[in-house]
Amino acid sequence: MKLVIGIVRPEKANEVLEALYRAEVRGLSMSRVQGHGGELDRVETYRGTTVKMGLAEKVRFEIAVSDEFVEPTIEALCEGARTGDVGDGKIFVVPLERVVRIRTGETDHGAVTPVRS
Amino acid sequence: MNVDFGVLAAAKVDSGDTAWMLVATALVLMMTPALGLFYAGLVRSKNTLNTFMMCLAAIAVATVTWAAIGYSLAFSEGGGFIGGFDHVFLQDVTFAPREGSTIPHLVFFAFQATFCIITTALISGAVVERMRFGAFLLFAALWSVVVYAVLAHWAFGPGWLFERGTLDFAGGVPVEMGSGFSALAAALVVGARKDYGRQALLPHNAVYVLLGAGLLWFGWFGFNGGSGFNTGQNSILAFTNTLLTPACTLLAWFVLDALRGRRVTAIGAATAIIVGCVAITPAGGFVSPGFAMLLGVLAALPCYAVITYRTRTRVDETLDVLAAHGVAGFTGILFIGFFAQLSWNGIADGWAFGSLEQLGDQALAALAAPAYAFTVTYLLLRLIGAVTPLRATEHQEALGMDVIQHGEEAYVTGEGAILVTAEAGVDAEVPVVQP
Repeated sequence: MKLVIGIVRPEKANEVLEALYRAEVRGLSMSRVQGHGGELDRVETYRGTTVKMGLAEKVRFEIAVSDEFVEPTIEALCEGARTGDVGDGKIFVVPLERVVRIRTGETDHGAVTPVRS
Repeated sequence: MNVDFGVLAAAKVDSGDTAWMLVATALVLMMTPALGLFYAGLVRSKNTLNTFMMCLAAIAVATVTWAAIGYSLAFSEGGGFIGGFDHVFLQDVTFAPREGSTIPHLVFFAFQATFCIITTALISGAVVERMRFGAFLLFAALWSVVVYAVLAHWAFGPGWLFERGTLDFAGGVPVEMGSGFSALAAALVVGARKDYGRQALLPHNAVYVLLGAGLLWFGWFGFNGGSGFNTGQNSILAFTNTLLTPACTLLAWFVLDALRGRRVTAIGAATAIIVGCVAITPAGGFVSPGFAMLLGVLAALPCYAVITYRTRTRVDETLDVLAAHGVAGFTGILFIGFFAQLSWNGIADGWAFGSLEQLGDQALAALAAPAYAFTVTYLLLRLIGAVTPLRATEHQEALGMDVIQHGEEAYVTGEGAILVTAEAGVDAEVPVVQP
């Protein structure tokens, strides 16, 4: 099991969700974050005060998947989030020690497998 | 107390009328920022400022064009189609009353200017979230003259509809149908947003929408109540009808919402307020309070239908200016032909009270105004599009118009923002750890 963390552009979040859905990756969390990844800074001016926005708005996906889903998840993230410009984001894959589904008490592989309805 | 300025022997300025018209003018001007708030709440958060700015831009641009040439083309003697150049750059617009009125000509000019402003601002609703700000400025300047001033001449000035006896109390022809059908043309020429029909594009702040609608309604008392240019009976009737009609539209909308989705929605309610105010705009001073209430209910039906239908089409007329203004204005203009009442308005009867002729005059306006507004706006935008791009690139649209067009954000947190000092300049290295 791995935790796939994808940090993407907010305007690409919907396309990432679509790509993940097509890849049959169902369980995920999403949060708004701010970060910096080497892209050009936006310069904004508020009543004469000029500032460089060092941090850009990003969306962070956290997806816990079983091993066979790691590659499809990464591919979906890349496909949905890529524009080709600096600032498209990054994907981090980290090992997961334990997963527990709170409702049923299922652990590990069972817990990251979506419920079939 | 009447003040005689002695310029025209017969015409007198009435202080009561003038006092009311000064207030009414300020009320109508307030409607444009209110519209900005209404529109800003309906778009996504990354386009908040740009949407609001289009309304403010209309104040800037349309005021200048109106003073320069628009007012003259609309309100000076000329042909039936368009006025002349007698009042270019406010020539002869002074303290003396305009012929047939009891308020200074300057007040009349300012009051009419606020109408031109809000009508120009209304069209922005069709093109928000994608149209370039510069292109919109150019469009606003030209549209306020070639479409608004012409339609205002037809309906208010000594134009052909006015001379025929078509009744339009506060601007069903130039303001409501003018903006609504121009908006449709603008949406067709500029094209849909790139995400339209593929993603849910939701209003980002419903409270702005409700507050904006509330302020618009408040301002509309000046809009309709002031359109008699005095404190006479027609003005009083229009004022009170501006309370009655939107309230009935609101109730009717509640019922329609409940029938369709089992819930009464807030954004629907805000829309209903606008629809009701628009519907009573042309009819305000001509129909009895009872029929004004009927109009409120009737106007809800076609507008609700058009809004529901429009979202299923490929036409991204984003904020439904056509439904809320064009269709509601059309309904109000025709309604006069049926239910105008001589005993209330002292001018003419509608069909229900024996005069079929009035309905013919109203129908003519209801056909001519949309046709003119749509055609000329379509051609005008094609022309502007040939000179300068009308819309931002897809990439810019994705980032949001606030940052791209204005270099600002509506909900900026300031975290990670580095002050650019004059010495360092904007090219200075930003002390952020590079990954």
